[in-house]
Amino acid sequence: MASATSKSYFWKGFRDGTPFVFVAVPFGLLFGVFSTEAGLNIVQTIAFSITVFAGAAQFTALQLLQDETPTIIVLISALAVNLRVAMYSASLTPYLGAAPLWQRACAAYLIVDQSYACSIAQFEKKPDLAIPQRMAYFLGSVTPITPLWVLGTCLGAVLGAQIPESWALDFALPITFLAMIGPMMRTLAHVIAALVAIVVALLTVSVPFNLGLLIAGAAGMMAGAQAELMLKRNAP
Amino acid sequence: MNQIDQTTIWIIIVGLAVGSYALRFTFIGLVGDRPMPPWLLRHLRYTAVAILPALIAPLVVWPAATEGQPDIPRMSAAAVALSVGILTKNVLAAIFTGAATLYTLLYLVG
Repeated sequence: MASATSKSYFWKGFRDGTPFVFVAVPFGLLFGVFSTEAGLNIVQTIAFSITVFAGAAQFTALQLLQDETPTIIVLISALAVNLRVAMYSASLTPYLGAAPLWQRACAAYLIVDQSYACSIAQFEKKPDLAIPQRMAYFLGSVTPITPLWVLGTCLGAVLGAQIPESWALDFALPITFLAMIGPMMRTLAHVIAALVAIVVALLTVSVPFNLGLLIAGAAGMMAGAQAELMLKRNAP
Repeated sequence: MNQIDQTTIWIIIVGLAVGSYALRFTFIGLVGDRPMPPWLLRHLRYTAVAILPALIAPLVVWPAATEGQPDIPRMSAAAVALSVGILTKNVLAAIFTGAATLYTLLYLVG
């Protein structure tokens, strides 16, 4: 039975995705706290987490809002941070692109770092999986974290006001992001992209509307792409 | 902390919700199996590693909590979180060691 095997792939995905609970809950908590500190109420905070479902972009938007950045720049910058989900979507397309449109429309909403990382590893390891099995696995991998991400956000929003300044939560965001960046440094080109972005970001910090972020991001991306080409050319 | 206008907040939430979904849906929903130009993929590969450090760098060098004065506990915590992340490839280990560094140094210095 095709549906029976799909079901077992759902649970396989579920098991593989479960460890990410330990990332999603603290990260959700942090967002809830940060969001209430920025002046959003609980309804707004939860709506943010449910509809956008992208922690890094949400943090970016709040950070920029506090710096009195124009709305359009906030939107562009946060979406730029989220561009990587477009990359994930592109990368999953060869594996899931043949599924029915309504399934792809649902799956699109669930494309996050964790579901992508689990699924692409599984799909590459087992290239002969049928489309329904792949879809079931993908859905399974994101099922443990989705409700807990929202729950973590709620909890953070409720507790937020009671957290004292001495906890230095202002620095929770930089630490969390830096921790995420480390494992992304897979090749020399990734390192070059990051270094160029950092240098340009520090040099353009006085550019108005936080446009420095976009300039630095674009510079980093171009540096990474060029470095990749040069490294490939020099390879034996 | 600045009070943010309510309308602005909702514009941001709705804008990001629609925009994020569009980013996710474009390829898997619309592009399908058609191949994308290699130069575009090559640039997309480096979005996260460029944008995230660019966002963080000024916050590390000139933290808002110290009114922009460079701060040893925060810089050290950043260095530890990044190094542990690179060495162990473990995000949680990096977060915890970074936070431990921050609290230890804040306690010793402050």
